[in-house]
Amino acid sequence: MKNRSLISISDYSKEEIMQILEIAAEFEKKPHQNLLNGRVIASLFFEPSTRTRLSFESAIQKLGGNVIGFSSAATSSVQKGESLKDTILTVCNYSDLIVMRHPVDGSARFASEVASVPIINAGDGANQHPTQCLLDLFSIKKTQGTLENLEVTFVGDLKYGRTVHSLVIALCQFNTKFHLVSPVELKLPSAVKRHIKEANLQYEQYTDFSEVIPKSDIIYMTRIQRERFPDPLEYEKVKNAYILDNSMLNNAKENCRILHPLPRVNEISINVDDNPKAYYFEQALNGVFVRQALIASILGLK
Amino acid sequence: MNTKRKELIVSAISNGTVIDHIPADKVFQVIRILDLEESEKEIYFGTNLVSKKYGRKGIIKISEKYFKPSETDKIALVAPTATLIEIRDYEVTRKTTVNIPDSIERIAKCFNPNCITNKEQVPTKFKVIKIDGEIKLACHYCEKNTSQNNMVFN
Repeated sequence: MKNRSLISISDYSKEEIMQILEIAAEFEKKPHQNLLNGRVIASLFFEPSTRTRLSFESAIQKLGGNVIGFSSAATSSVQKGESLKDTILTVCNYSDLIVMRHPVDGSARFASEVASVPIINAGDGANQHPTQCLLDLFSIKKTQGTLENLEVTFVGDLKYGRTVHSLVIALCQFNTKFHLVSPVELKLPSAVKRHIKEANLQYEQYTDFSEVIPKSDIIYMTRIQRERFPDPLEYEKVKNAYILDNSMLNNAKENCRILHPLPRVNEISINVDDNPKAYYFEQALNGVFVRQALIASILGLK
Repeated sequence: MNTKRKELIVSAISNGTVIDHIPADKVFQVIRILDLEESEKEIYFGTNLVSKKYGRKGIIKISEKYFKPSETDKIALVAPTATLIEIRDYEVTRKTTVNIPDSIERIAKCFNPNCITNKEQVPTKFKVIKIDGEIKLACHYCEKNTSQNNMVFN
C-alpha cells in the first residue's frame, strides 16, 4: 500500500483490507504513536464534513503529524476559479499526503492521477467513501469476530447512499448474504447489484423491514432524505416505514449490532441508543483507528 | 446491371477505405468519431441507402486512407454492423468487421452530469462492459455506467 492512493474500496484486495484492519486494531490498543514525527498532511475539504474531517485530523495529530488545509471551498482558491488540477499540484509541494473531500464524482481519482503524493479519498460526491467503508468493516469484524459468512441487512436509501454501495461491494469478498430493505424508489442500483451477482452471492430485496430483523447479524441503517423523492406524497408514504424502534429488536439475534454512518435524524429511535445492540457511536470512534492505520501504511510507517 | 447502379450511388474510389453497413442514422456520428471532419482526403458519404440486409444503411468512402483496428474499433459502439473494405486500384483487397474495444478514451461523454469529466477539463476514459447482454460504458472516474441509449459521442 506504500505510496498508493486510496480512491475506491475496490482498489484494495481482500488481503490489503484485512491488513489495514489489523493495523487499526493495534492503534485501538495504543492510539498515540509519534510515527509521523512532524510530517505534513494536507486536509482539503472542498465541501464541509465535520465528522470525517475531525476524524482524519484527530488521526493525524495522534500520529504526531501536522495538518494544513481548508474546511470548505469558500475559504480556498476554488473561490477564485482555480481548477482542481492546479489546487492539487500546488498542495503537493507542501505536503506528504493529501486527504480530500470534494462534491464532484470522480474528483479524487482524477486528483490521484495528477498528484505527486498519495491521495486518500474522504468522499467524492455521490461516488465513493472508502475510509467509511473500512471503518464499517472494522466495526463488523470487531463486533462479530469475523467478516466471513454474515447476514447483513441494509435499510433505507440504498440508491443514493454511497456508504451502502462501497460496503456492499467490499462485503462481496466475504461470502455475505445480503438483505436489502428499501422503498421501491430507492432500491440498490443495478451497477452495485452486479457485484453481488458476479460473486454468486445470495441477496433478497424487501420493502418491509420487520421480517428480516431476526435473521440479521448486522443491521446497517441509513437516512432517507426527503429531497430524493420527486413527489412529496411518495415520501410521506414511506418515511415512517424504515424507522428502527427498540421494540422491534426483541427477536433480534444476540450478536446482532446496529450500524449507521451518521448523522442520524429519526431513522433510529432514541430508545435504541441504550440497547447493547446499538453500535453507531463506537463505530464513529473506530474511524480514527482505521484512518491512523491507512495514513501509516500509505506513508510506509507500518 | 441493377446492382451496379446501386453501388455507384456513392462514387467509387480507386484507393482507400469504404465503411459499409453503417446504421443509417449513425453516419454523421461515425464521421465525427473518426475525426473525418479534419481530414483533407476526398470523402464521399451516403445515408438512407437501400440495404438487403438492414433495410436502410449508410456508407462512407475515404480516399487514400487506411485505418488501424484501434482507430476503427471505436465506431463499434455506434455502428456494430459496420464492415471495412480496403480498396487498392479499384479492387477489394481486405474486408473486416469492427470489434467492440475493451476501453475507450475521449470519444464518449459520461452520462453523469456531476462527473469530473463534465465539470473540469478532464478527458473521459471508460471500460466497455456487458451487463445482461447490454453494452455499457463504466466511467473510470465517477464509476457510473452509461447505457447505450444514453451514449453521446464527442
